Amino acid sequence: MASYSTNEFRSGLKVMLEGDPCVIIENEFVKPGKGQAFNRVKFRNLMSNRVWERTFKSGESIEAADVMDYDMEYLYTDGEFWHFMMTDGSFEQHAASKDAVGDTIDWLKEQEVYSVTLYNGSPLSVSAPNFVELQVVETDPGLKGDTAQGGSKPAKLSTGATVKVPLFITEGEVLKIDTRTGEYVGRVK
Amino acid sequence: MSSDNWKPSASISTLKQRADLFGRIRQYFDEQNVMEVDTPMLSASATVDLHIDSFVTTFLPIGGGKEQSCYLHTSPEFPMKRLLAAGSGDIYSLGRVFRNGEAGGRHNPEFTMLEYYRVGMNQHQLMDDMSELLSSVADFKELARVSYGHLFQEYFGINPHLASDEELARLVREKVDSSLDGLERNDCLDLLFSNEIEPGLGKSDSKQLNGVYVYDYPASMAALARLHTNEGGEQVAARFELFINGVELANGYHELTNAQEQHSRFQAEQDKRRELGRPVYPYDQRLVEGLKSGMPDCAGVAMGLDRLLMLMLDKKKIADVIAFDFSRA
Repeated sequence: MASYSTNEFRSGLKVMLEGDPCVIIENEFVKPGKGQAFNRVKFRNLMSNRVWERTFKSGESIEAADVMDYDMEYLYTDGEFWHFMMTDGSFEQHAASKDAVGDTIDWLKEQEVYSVTLYNGSPLSVSAPNFVELQVVETDPGLKGDTAQGGSKPAKLSTGATVKVPLFITEGEVLKIDTRTGEYVGRVK
Repeated sequence: MSSDNWKPSASISTLKQRADLFGRIRQYFDEQNVMEVDTPMLSASATVDLHIDSFVTTFLPIGGGKEQSCYLHTSPEFPMKRLLAAGSGDIYSLGRVFRNGEAGGRHNPEFTMLEYYRVGMNQHQLMDDMSELLSSVADFKELARVSYGHLFQEYFGINPHLASDEELARLVREKVDSSLDGLERNDCLDLLFSNEIEPGLGKSDSKQLNGVYVYDYPASMAALARLHTNEGGEQVAARFELFINGVELANGYHELTNAQEQHSRFQAEQDKRRELGRPVYPYDQRLVEGLKSGMPDCAGVAMGLDRLLMLMLDKKKIADVIAFDFSRA
C-alpha cells in the first residue's frame, strides 16, 4: 500500500491511523526558527467520526487508506443490507450495512445515484445527493387558499422520513428535499 | 487552464501598509544613527544550524574555469558581524533571506528579515530598544519579560536546564503526542514550548500588539549567543525571543565574541548534521577570523517583518502580506 509523507499532507487525504481509515481535516506546518519542523494534523476517523489531533515529525510518513468514493445506484434492501450497483457499466454490486448507510437511510430511493465510500472494497459510508425527490405518503389534509401563510405541518415521505411542509401540500405529491438540512425546497410537477 | 495566479497574493492596500512599515523602520534607525547595510545574499559559506537548510546553487564562470558552490543566505548574521569586527558601529539590514523547504501557513521559503546590532548592549538593553522600535512603528505594548526556565516551571513544574532527556521525552509523550519518540533534547524542549506555552504568549483582545519576551534559553539552544550564569546558578544562553499573539516574531542574542568557541560550535553543528545525514555546508571561516581580530561587545536580533505585518493587520497567512507567495512566485 502507498504511503504519504508529511509534505504531501493536505485536507481530504485518506490515511490509516491506529488501524482505522481517517481523513485529514487540517494540516499545519510548525517550525520554530531554530528548531525541528513538525506537522500538527487534525484527523476525522471515518469509522467512528471522532476528530483528534496528532503531531508528526516532518518527513515521517503514514500509510494511505484504501478508501474511494464511487457513484452507485440504490437497488433495494433485504432488511439487513442495503444494495447498491456501480454506475460505471460493470453492474458490480455492494451491500452496505445499517451503520454504513447511517442517516442517509432517510433519503434512499430506488434508482437514485448515491456516493458510496468503499474501504478495502466494502461500503464504509453512503452520502445522498444534495437534493432528492420523494413522494408524500401521509400528511393532514391540505388547507385550500392557505399558500400565503407561513404555517407548516409534518409530512411522512415514502422513505419513512418526516419533514416539515407548507400547509397546502397533499398526499401523493412529490417534493424536492435538501438532504443536507432535511428541509422542504418545493413541489415537483 | 486560465487562473487568477498572475495576481498578487496580498491586496494592494496591504502592500501599501507594508511599504509604510518599512519606511517607518528605516526612519527609526535613521534617528538612532544606526547605519543600513546590505550584505551578500550569495555566499561561499552557509549556516550550519542543524534545522536550517540553505538553497544551493553553482557559480559557472563564463568561458569555463572552476565551478563554485554558492549558498543563498538564511540570515545576514555572518557578514554583519564581520562589519562589526571591522568597526562599523550600530548597523541594520532589511531584506530577503532564504530557507529551503519551509513553506505553508506562517512560512515562505523567502521572507523579509530585519536584523540589527547595537554595540555595548546586552540582551535586556536590546529588548528595551526593540520595544521602543516596535512602539514607533506599530501599536505595540511590552506585556512581560519572563525567563524560559520560569515558563517551564509554571507550565510543567520542571526545570528545563536540569531535567533529564528521559523526563523531557516523557513529558512530550504525555502533553504532545504519545507516539513521538527518538527525539533529541532540543526537539523535546521545542515541542513542549511551541505546543503548550507559545500559543498563549502575548494574547490581546484589542488591535494592540502585546509582546512577551522570553529570555535565558537553555545552553543547548545557545546558537550564536554567549553563555552566562543565571540567578539560580545554572548556565544558560543569553538568547531571547519575542512572541506576539502566540507567534514567534524575533530571536536575539547577547552575541558570542569568542572566536575559539564560535569555531568549535560551528564544527559541533556540522558534526550533528553529518550524524543525522543532512547536507553539511561549509561554515564561515571568515567570521571566525573576524572574531579573532576582535568584535565589540554587542547584542543583535532578527525579526520577521512579514509576520509583524501579519500581526498588525490580523492576517492569518504569510501569503496575505507578501506580493507574491511561493505558489505564485
